[in-house]
Amino acid sequence: MSLALDALTFLAVAAGGFFFLAGTVGLLRFPDTLSRLHALTKADNLGLGLIVLGLLFQMEDPFAALKLVAVWLLTLLAGGAVTQLIAHAALGGRSAGVTT
Amino acid sequence: MALDAVLAVLVVGVAVWTVAARDTFAAVVGFVAFGLLVALIWVRLAAPDVALTEAALGSGLTGGLLLGASTRLGRTEAEATGELPGGLLQFAAATVSVLVSAGLIALVLLLPEPAPTLAPKVAANIAATGLQNPVTAVLMAYRAIDTLLEVMVLLLALVGMWSLAPDHLWGGAPGRREPADPDGVLTFVAQVLLPVGILVAIHIFWVGSVAPGGEFQGATIFAAMWILATMAGLANTPPVMRRSLRLLLIAGPAVFFAIGLAGFAIAGAFLAYPADYAKLLILIIEIPLTLSIATTLALLVAGPPEQEPQR
Amino acid sequence: MADFLLVAASFVLATVAVGLVRILRGPDKADRIMAAQLLGTGGIATLLLLAQATSVPAAVDVALILALLAVFISVAFVKKGVIRSQMEGA
Repeated sequence: MSLALDALTFLAVAAGGFFFLAGTVGLLRFPDTLSRLHALTKADNLGLGLIVLGLLFQMEDPFAALKLVAVWLLTLLAGGAVTQLIAHAALGGRSAGVTT
Repeated sequence: MALDAVLAVLVVGVAVWTVAARDTFAAVVGFVAFGLLVALIWVRLAAPDVALTEAALGSGLTGGLLLGASTRLGRTEAEATGELPGGLLQFAAATVSVLVSAGLIALVLLLPEPAPTLAPKVAANIAATGLQNPVTAVLMAYRAIDTLLEVMVLLLALVGMWSLAPDHLWGGAPGRREPADPDGVLTFVAQVLLPVGILVAIHIFWVGSVAPGGEFQGATIFAAMWILATMAGLANTPPVMRRSLRLLLIAGPAVFFAIGLAGFAIAGAFLAYPADYAKLLILIIEIPLTLSIATTLALLVAGPPEQEPQR
Repeated sequence: MADFLLVAASFVLATVAVGLVRILRGPDKADRIMAAQLLGTGGIATLLLLAQATSVPAAVDVALILALLAVFISVAFVKKGVIRSQMEGA
């Protein structure tokens, strides 16, 4: 049982690490601010999300698990909001194709 | 170990770059990144209490403070970065920096092994405070006077900053009034985040008696949430003349000082607590103290009065 | 398992650290903010992995504070850095 859980943790954390790598490569290589923004959200949402998911398989205390999920939700909220603000500002105050 | 090596290289790199950056905004971003790395280092050094303070105060709120300074410099910055200090000044600054660094290095290298510590004494006597977190015990019981003075220093800093206000604005509200945008994303974030942040702040404050946390860290989160609300235009900053604001600012230090003086009568020394009530007294001090620190920090970040006072 | 989580923590930190080059290069303020945001998220991930790998539960609280303050500081950066300079530049 614990071996199966460990395998799940391994998979999810490794996938999370991959998305952090993808986000960083995108941030460095993409040509303009908006596409770099797109890359950033992959690390924020998926990278951290998958790592949290992987760690959940190792948690024994349900409250500790809840706290991890809370950290991820907060980061999601921050990421989403800041991304919209940056996109809005990057387009010089014009509508960024998002309803703000 | 790989992680520690990465951290060590990174923190030095970011520090050097932050000092070398000519653009103040870029330097502030570098400073915030630096604070985050230092928080990670404190966790690696098994000092989560310090890591919490660094993450909240060192990186977050100080970052906000420096950002405010950078924005105020905005118009004159291009000129200021253009002029270079004279050779003598550069030489003097370099000499002082090298001397301070050399002194710090010598101190670290000359520390006896094992380093002198009072930790066993704290561990032996912690039961008398009714607390379980030794760091909080040191801050609120053994070295309470240091904490009291720290809070006083914060208040003094605020008074000093307020005195920078031009005469005609004295008594007005600090910072600009931000326009509210009811449908904006910022309003949404502030409305969702505020209750969560207040809950986390109370949690961090409350676990301070048994685990890493405490009044400074909790207060910093309170302050950050309040500034977020003003940035979103949900609330205006209060005018600095307001009586209730002034009372809130001094409530914590006043209660702290009063209980400290009462220590002469009930326990025989300034800031001494009778063993039976130690934890209760510490709690009575900590609650108003947290509110006062939160208000002081938030007003420090908000800046000197910039809005016309309403008379 | 702890060893694997430590390796993962080092990997994430090293990865987002490379992203810091964006803070150096910019060119826009927005790019610098994004690199800081990535470092923040990576730092949070590193802390969570460390908390589990080295059994320091308080590191999760550090991550929680970091997540909260990251929202605050990112909003401040965009609001005071990018939006205001556009208003004054225009």
